[in-house]
Amino acid sequence: MITLLSTWTFGMSLAFVALGVFVSYKLFSFPDITTDGSFTLGAVVAAVLLQPGSDMAPGYDPAMATLAGMAAGAAAGVVTAILHAFLGIEPLLAGILVSTALASVNLVVLGRSNVPLTAATTLFDRAETMVGPTVAGFGLEAAVAGEVTRLALVLVVLALAITGLYLFFRTQLGTAMRAGGDTPTMARALGRNTGLLTVAGLAISNSLTAGSGALIAQYQGFADVQMGIGMVVWGMASVFLGSALVGPVRLGAALVATAAGSVTFRLLVASALRAGLDPDWLKAATAIVVLAALVAPRFLAHRGKA
Amino acid sequence: MLSLHNATVEFASPGGPQVRAVDDVSLTIPTGTFVVVIGTNGSGKSTLLGSIAGTVRLTAGSIRLAGHDITTWTQHRRAALIGRVFQDPRAGTAGSLTVLENIAVAACRGRPAGLQWATNGPLREEAAARLSRIVPGLEARLDQPIGSLSGGQRQIVTLVMATWRRPELLLLDEHTAALDPAAADRVVQATARLIREQNLTALMVTHSLAQAAALGDRLLLVHRGRVELDVEAAAKRRLTADELAGRFDRLRRSDQIDDAAAQTLAEAYV
Repeated sequence: MITLLSTWTFGMSLAFVALGVFVSYKLFSFPDITTDGSFTLGAVVAAVLLQPGSDMAPGYDPAMATLAGMAAGAAAGVVTAILHAFLGIEPLLAGILVSTALASVNLVVLGRSNVPLTAATTLFDRAETMVGPTVAGFGLEAAVAGEVTRLALVLVVLALAITGLYLFFRTQLGTAMRAGGDTPTMARALGRNTGLLTVAGLAISNSLTAGSGALIAQYQGFADVQMGIGMVVWGMASVFLGSALVGPVRLGAALVATAAGSVTFRLLVASALRAGLDPDWLKAATAIVVLAALVAPRFLAHRGKA
Repeated sequence: MLSLHNATVEFASPGGPQVRAVDDVSLTIPTGTFVVVIGTNGSGKSTLLGSIAGTVRLTAGSIRLAGHDITTWTQHRRAALIGRVFQDPRAGTAGSLTVLENIAVAACRGRPAGLQWATNGPLREEAAARLSRIVPGLEARLDQPIGSLSGGQRQIVTLVMATWRRPELLLLDEHTAALDPAAADRVVQATARLIREQNLTALMVTHSLAQAAALGDRLLLVHRGRVELDVEAAAKRRLTADELAGRFDRLRRSDQIDDAAAQTLAEAYV
């Protein structure tokens, strides 16, 4: 029961990465490898701010720490977008440069490769002090009640993020961003600075990814400089899985489907691990899923013609 | 009013000398004039249009539009004054957005896009009214992705978008060349109507000599980066497609193009 709940919580926490990749890859056709670095960046910034101070003062408020992690991620996205839009560097290379640099930044910020958050007050601790007693009132055993509380917290934050993204991308600015990502010639001809739109798009995308990193660090109780490896591929797998679940749909449904894709993928991974998949092969398996999702439509179209 | 003063665009051709795609062109186009631009392939007419739109920078000379010196303005800044329709309907619209969302982006042309809801009720009503006037039935497709429209319908929506807020200048770059003849006819009619109704200043590049003869108040024939022929008013009205074809023939002969190339050109322009 707890394992299943925890799989859901984890999948929904990672759904923010999927939403970030949805924004960069689906809306802007930008394969943004910054994702790997900004996920870790969000985690380490939050982790450092959450640490109780050296003079035994309490650490920063977990909400503030998480928002700071997101802001750091947004800054990383801005750098990648500037490298591409204003310095003419290919999207993949721009992302590689920034995520490589972030590997150093993350290590310097964290101070060492792994920092536990056992002494810190996390968002999840906050949620438990606030609604824990209410949840416990339903007669669940303590461990289950705790997991339900964590799940509820992530669910609420995720719902807010999806609603916020939907509303934003339906505004004049958000619609112009989608248009610029879809057809830059059109956006420029209608007076939009597509370079700036890309900067804004990658800032949003990487702040979501970094927010996910901050959440995951608080959920699992530590930040690690390696934790972001393969995140962009994870995000793509979730986006593809989401669109495979519901087909071509409008913005709102696509955002919900992307989050659902992340949870579904997490459930698939948990089942595979249960069935005996060596965890060492997890990233390779994820890559294969993404490869299949990329190749399958072309292969099927080919067969359809033949 | 649009005016070009000694406009020149030079390109470095790979391994060769500098190519003058636009060669010292000076032009004044008064407000409300519909100008048709024709020319052979590589004549520089698309570069000329691009230099006005801001996709190509002038090597020398200057461009003024509606009282502004726009020579050094970026493309998106010029868009505040200029509406554009491209040859490829896919270049002028965002295929994954709905028709109404595309129009919403056009409605913000030349002003900052804010955090207001893009596709509000008044916009929807006006979009339905404007589209149904030109293509009855198109207003029913406002909420469909614009990519689901036919090329001709999509080009008509692009025209409506380019003229949603009255532009100081409308640039049409062979905007019917990618369409089948029937769709091209409908788009040409819609173009002529919108230009007339809004009394727009327009520059239309076309490959169709029939369109060139039938449309516009003024005609420019561009060849080797220069304006070889500039006729307007009564002289423009008397001009026939046959006379234009004759003009093209003489230009070709003066260039001593070989027969095979002449054949290719003849096929391209009739």
